[in-house]
Amino acid sequence: MSNHRKSLSLAAIATIGLSLSSAAFAQSGRDYVYIVGSSTVYPFATVVAERFGRGSEFKTPKVESTGSGGGLKLFCDGVGVDYPDVANSSRAIKQSEVDSCAANGVTEIVEVKIGYDGIVFANAIQAETMTLSRADIFLALAKEVPGKAEGELIENPYQTWADVNPDLPAIKIEVLGPPPTSGTRDAFVELAMEGGCKATPWIAALKSSDKNRYKAICHTIREDGRFVEAGENDNLIVQKLQANPDAFGIFGFSFLDQNMEKVKGSLIDGVEPTFDAIADGEYPVSRPLYFYAKKAHVDVIPGLRGFLREFTSERAWGEEGYLSDRGLIPMPDAERKQVATAVRDLTPLSMAAE
Amino acid sequence: MPRRRRKEFTFKLLGMVATAIGIVFLGLFFASLIAEGTSAFKQTFLKLDIELSEDVLAPDGELDLAYADFDGLVRTALRAEIPEASGRRDRRELYRIVSVGAAYQLRDLIAQNPDLLGTTQSLWVPASSNVDMLIKGNIDANIEEALRPLSDKQIGWVRQLQDQGRLESRFNRALFTNGDSREPELAGIKGAVMGSVYMLLVTMALSFPIGVAAAIYLEEFAPRNRWSDLIEVNINNLAAVPSIVFGLLGLAVFINWAALPRAAPLVGGLVLTLLTLPVIIIASRAAIKAVPPSIREAALGLGASQTQVVFHHVLPLALPGMLTGAIIGMSRALGESAPLLMIGMVAFIVDVPGSLTDPATALPVQIFLWADSPERAFAERTSAAIIVLLGFLLVMNLTAVILRKRMERKW
Repeated sequence: MSNHRKSLSLAAIATIGLSLSSAAFAQSGRDYVYIVGSSTVYPFATVVAERFGRGSEFKTPKVESTGSGGGLKLFCDGVGVDYPDVANSSRAIKQSEVDSCAANGVTEIVEVKIGYDGIVFANAIQAETMTLSRADIFLALAKEVPGKAEGELIENPYQTWADVNPDLPAIKIEVLGPPPTSGTRDAFVELAMEGGCKATPWIAALKSSDKNRYKAICHTIREDGRFVEAGENDNLIVQKLQANPDAFGIFGFSFLDQNMEKVKGSLIDGVEPTFDAIADGEYPVSRPLYFYAKKAHVDVIPGLRGFLREFTSERAWGEEGYLSDRGLIPMPDAERKQVATAVRDLTPLSMAAE
Repeated sequence: MPRRRRKEFTFKLLGMVATAIGIVFLGLFFASLIAEGTSAFKQTFLKLDIELSEDVLAPDGELDLAYADFDGLVRTALRAEIPEASGRRDRRELYRIVSVGAAYQLRDLIAQNPDLLGTTQSLWVPASSNVDMLIKGNIDANIEEALRPLSDKQIGWVRQLQDQGRLESRFNRALFTNGDSREPELAGIKGAVMGSVYMLLVTMALSFPIGVAAAIYLEEFAPRNRWSDLIEVNINNLAAVPSIVFGLLGLAVFINWAALPRAAPLVGGLVLTLLTLPVIIIASRAAIKAVPPSIREAALGLGASQTQVVFHHVLPLALPGMLTGAIIGMSRALGESAPLLMIGMVAFIVDVPGSLTDPATALPVQIFLWADSPERAFAERTSAAIIVLLGFLLVMNLTAVILRKRMERKW
């Protein structure tokens, strides 16, 4: 028995030794592109990564889903094979992130805008289609809403959509949406809620006088159970909407696109969330998607240049490219051309303008 | 007396109701899983007569696999099958019937057997996931055209191909032999399974010897005092710590401090080792405790040293119990996803990992990723992956039970 034990522990030691040595080896070079970032961009970045990996002599890039903020943090941690080459983001990079990048030696960042994503306010297909304004959405979902007197805020008293706006049906307000950690939530709050919030003149005036208060009013969602945080899984929200025709859900356009026979998007400010309306910029709740690449890694990490080219090729992000099949809304021709040129020349981002 | 009887009866009834509720929920869970998941083990294939034309693949006499137009060959074959699809729009719709995997399949075929160049082959290639969903009845052909992912024309072509016997539902081998993919019809769990296997190897190699050694020391050699009590309390506490905490620890220690690569099975295995160690130590100590003191006393009485007693007598008798504990620990590790989220394993990885430091995912993480994918065909694949995971867990737990039954000694 003691022999047995000895060989077991020997095996264990051998395993550790082996793995450590191979780990040391892995640090010395990386032969695949390493991408991190937004879970909204993830479905698009992965498709490009897969097509690129299968269609070229390079390995398939690794795409990690970390969220926009987490991804940019990893991205900005430094230059070298241990750090990601590309960070996906469902919002533009912030000045603070550019600064932290620069502090770690990541100075030349190439910004690539890849297209748009619409955020839809949807309900079950068998329910009535709603026509909402952004102000309706704000009044229905904000924690505090403007009272009768100017400058007065009251705890949100609205229980049904008819309370918000007499033209709307008298059904209970029940909205399923993503949690605060989600980029979709950020964008929804910024575009839909804030857009509706500004409709009240005295709140809009606060923007210049008391920015914090303005944000607190416009960005805070009610917590009395009318808005339900349904987690990051958009498929789950679609299922719940089917089960409850009175409920509404907030999710990305690609999920509406894939589930057209189960859910439908409400008209916001009179515009239906369709591919064309989002591409034209008519639909108000849409946001640009980005990724950021490290210039210092191009031609050091095998395949990075090719990956950038694949992502910005017409067959990927074009009007009829494979990304549009997945629900990415392409940019107008001129803008695509401009970004593609910038990517080819690896023009770094300059934040001086801000 | 009747009151006591009544009380006993109520209590028994409550117990039965509780058990029944448990069984009903378990049954519902399995039924929904199987109802949804089994269809993923089949996939619709399309038979195409593809001319592997030299003019298309090697226009300047040289075949370059990376750039050869295999897509073009598939499209030509498809057009030959459905000649009435003319015009750019129609053709684009037609091409969506077949999976992009068809071109990869052709490329692999030519790579293996370059002699086929210039011949015409009759091949079964995967249909696109939407066609697959239509055949499986997950897309309703009777609803309004704008509401479904397939147009009336596409459905017409699919029916036509079906009538010609060119469409067939076959076993979905890709599910077991491919890595992850964003095309549902090409996505497989092999990458995730291999990732899990590598992780469990690391976990087993580390946690079993360390756990058993710790248990032997604590039971047989350690003096009983305040320190050993403190250690014991801590081990028991560790066993109940939420697993995400171990992930955070792994992120701080193994990745940030020891600079091991993110998303590597090695790091995953180390984190899962931390997670399973307390379980194994506790089970091993219980197994050692169950060895009757008379055996130790007899051995000591015959002049054996303490070490000899442990290794010649106690350990062999306690081993079945220890192994059971280890297997149960392993099956917990297999089902864990939370700590892996922290160390970068929530990633899209197509290549099947070949070593401990290659990027990898694990089965539970793969399930998590698929559950969140917008394409509807991933729903059934998610269930199928869960069925496979449950299968593995069942086998491991059964092994533990059989080991215990076989090797257990009654005193």
